[in-house]
Amino acid sequence: MSREKMEYDVVIVGGGPSGLTTAIKLKQLNSELNICILEKASEIGAHILSGNVFETRALDELFPNWKELNAPIKTKVTKEKFLFLSKTKSLSWPTWLLPSVQQNHKNYIISLANLCRWLAEQAESLGVEIFPGFPASEILYNEDGSVKGVATQDMGVDKDGNKKDSFEPGIELLGKVTVFAEGCRGHLGKQLIKKFELDKGKDPQQYGIGFKEIWEIEDKNHREGMVIHSAGWPLDNSTYGGSFIYHAENKQIFLGYVIGLDYKNPHLSPFDEFQRFKTHPAIKKMIEGGKRISYGARALIEGGFQSLPKMFMPGALLIGCDAGTLNMPKIKGSHTAMKSGIIAAEAINEHIKNDKDLSNFEEKFKQSWLYDELYKARNVKPSFSWGLILGIIFTGIDQILFRGKLPFTLRHKHADHQTLKSAKEMPKIDYPKPDNILTFDKTSSVYLTGTNHADNQPVHLKLKDPNLPINYTLEEYDEPAQRYCPAGVYEVQTENNINKFVINSQNCIHCKTCDIKEPSQNITWVTPEGGGGPRYGNM
Amino acid sequence: MKILVAVKRVIDYNVQIRVKEDNSGVVTDNVKMSTNPPDDNAIEEAVKIKEAGKAKEVVVVSVGEEKAQETVRKALAVGADRGILVKVDGVIEPLAVSKILKKIVEKEKPDLVFMGKQAIDDDCNQTGQMLAALLNWPQATFASKIEVKEKTLEVTREVDEGLETIEVNVPAIVTCDLRLNEPRYASLPNIMKAKKKPIEQISAGDLGVDVKSRIEQIKVEEPPKRKAGIKVASVEELVQKLKNEAKVI
Repeated sequence: MSREKMEYDVVIVGGGPSGLTTAIKLKQLNSELNICILEKASEIGAHILSGNVFETRALDELFPNWKELNAPIKTKVTKEKFLFLSKTKSLSWPTWLLPSVQQNHKNYIISLANLCRWLAEQAESLGVEIFPGFPASEILYNEDGSVKGVATQDMGVDKDGNKKDSFEPGIELLGKVTVFAEGCRGHLGKQLIKKFELDKGKDPQQYGIGFKEIWEIEDKNHREGMVIHSAGWPLDNSTYGGSFIYHAENKQIFLGYVIGLDYKNPHLSPFDEFQRFKTHPAIKKMIEGGKRISYGARALIEGGFQSLPKMFMPGALLIGCDAGTLNMPKIKGSHTAMKSGIIAAEAINEHIKNDKDLSNFEEKFKQSWLYDELYKARNVKPSFSWGLILGIIFTGIDQILFRGKLPFTLRHKHADHQTLKSAKEMPKIDYPKPDNILTFDKTSSVYLTGTNHADNQPVHLKLKDPNLPINYTLEEYDEPAQRYCPAGVYEVQTENNINKFVINSQNCIHCKTCDIKEPSQNITWVTPEGGGGPRYGNM
Repeated sequence: MKILVAVKRVIDYNVQIRVKEDNSGVVTDNVKMSTNPPDDNAIEEAVKIKEAGKAKEVVVVSVGEEKAQETVRKALAVGADRGILVKVDGVIEPLAVSKILKKIVEKEKPDLVFMGKQAIDDDCNQTGQMLAALLNWPQATFASKIEVKEKTLEVTREVDEGLETIEVNVPAIVTCDLRLNEPRYASLPNIMKAKKKPIEQISAGDLGVDVKSRIEQIKVEEPPKRKAGIKVASVEELVQKLKNEAKVI
């Protein structure tokens, strides 16, 4: 059956900071261009989750007058702390001893979801067509192998693949250029990287899983504008991760935790580490008497410079966290994602006007501050493979003394799915039960995300080998999907002594961790029916 | 035949509702909003009747703030022909909505008015009934099946005892149940076409309707948290507890 086609100058997949910025910049360069953005969430912002301490550098370039335009960027960082935690104590590290990239006094505490909603308004007022609730599920190619566009997901298909009465076939969206801006571990970006060998000669990509909760806390504990980061407890020296606590407006704090997905112990549960973190005396006293109002989790991309794939290919660009432009030592990816969008727009505009090859993207990227920033940041993340303490010492030398200009580049040696050790070799971890005051279970947490997927649709978490979880992964790794999934999607149920692997795909909050960490790469995340997934508010 | 469908913009049914700290209402800032679910069924049914050749035009109307335009636009994307937005700021009660709808009915002269059986935000379940009374039209509420006859409608109603089938004369008001049909998806080309369909904007003041609140809201509270249950060892213990502790038997 042939699908309907719609033609655009530029088709953008993903309505996050990089995709929206690309669209806005393109319209600023040439208001005649026809541009559309596809977004899988039910509305712009609903799948956005980020810290977020925001550096305005890229936004200053895009909208020098963003203050007059009433951008939702209000809370200036006023105070900053870095804490080392032991189980009961906390040691405050003097801010002046932090590398300058980790200093935030010029930055703002924002909700990235709200910034995206604002960017979407700007884009629409410039004439960009935004389609929320329409995931791009398939890449379309020309006969010469170049990217032609994307197709949206069919709607109204039941779990056995039959068409329901409400069936609505997908549409082909064809563009002179297609921009992939799906965010970390985009499922189409992953296919492009493979097909065009964009990661040839690069280190394996590195990821983390980030959690975020929003708390409304008591007045006496709230310091609007304060930014706190921590390292140490509850993680051991060999596991990469840390927390963030941002005191935002309206007595809210953004409380979160990031754990590198290169962790080795299959018994580790990132979710429970985060919950446990909140029971530390230094944290507990801040949130006690407060109320948790939001929860969410999302994988983030940490490989940086060494792992950054080539970002152009015939007919298409791969930008933002879909490629991996996050600056790890800064713990910031929004301004870099937006900058990659600005560069993409400039490259595309020249491409369309002068019929230039898209390789002009690479030239522009190399001349930009984005390239410079990522280059200088490159050695920080790999140094933590030596453990927290050596990592910090090296980072001090690399970032403070040499400002990222050491004449060598440390490598990322393994992909994250290769790092797990056998369950038998590694210690079990006994996590405390949730108290439902400070700590919670996954079910009540997912409840806060507003996640829903239309029922009776095909499972969007595909197993290459449906028997592998029980026949191999359970025995070898105690099926870690039960623990690394932050939404309780995966369960091993035992009935009459027979183990069964259950996928509760309706709970999926689209974080992509399973697609990354599954040791045999047996799970593939594909797009569910449009509009499914979380409904995040100001995350 | 002409069908008028009334739709309401409400907080999306998947969103966790949060009460404002000062108990003055619920938080709506940065919260995902959608069409009231049974209103989707009302639109779907009207469009189906039109597709079956039994209606000529489907007009959709919403009463609410500027952003309710999105809700009207969504109805246009699934097949309604044109839209009307009656702009009102702040909370508006069912009586005022039905008075506004009465004015719209007098202006548009539809043969049928469809709407959801109730809105999921205030759960009032009053607007359809009040409008029927104001217009002195027959009403069929909680419809799960509608059959268009010569000059009447045969409507199956979801009632406590089961199903009730009634026949009403046209013109009539029908309020729709979720079981009525499965609303279709808006396709991309239809969303694009909907952008070109007209939406007339009217302010409530121009219609001469007094939208003042007649109910004083004292405060909004979250329901009390349920206590955890306990497990009992035997039927005897259960009976004993129901008798002595819960005092329900």
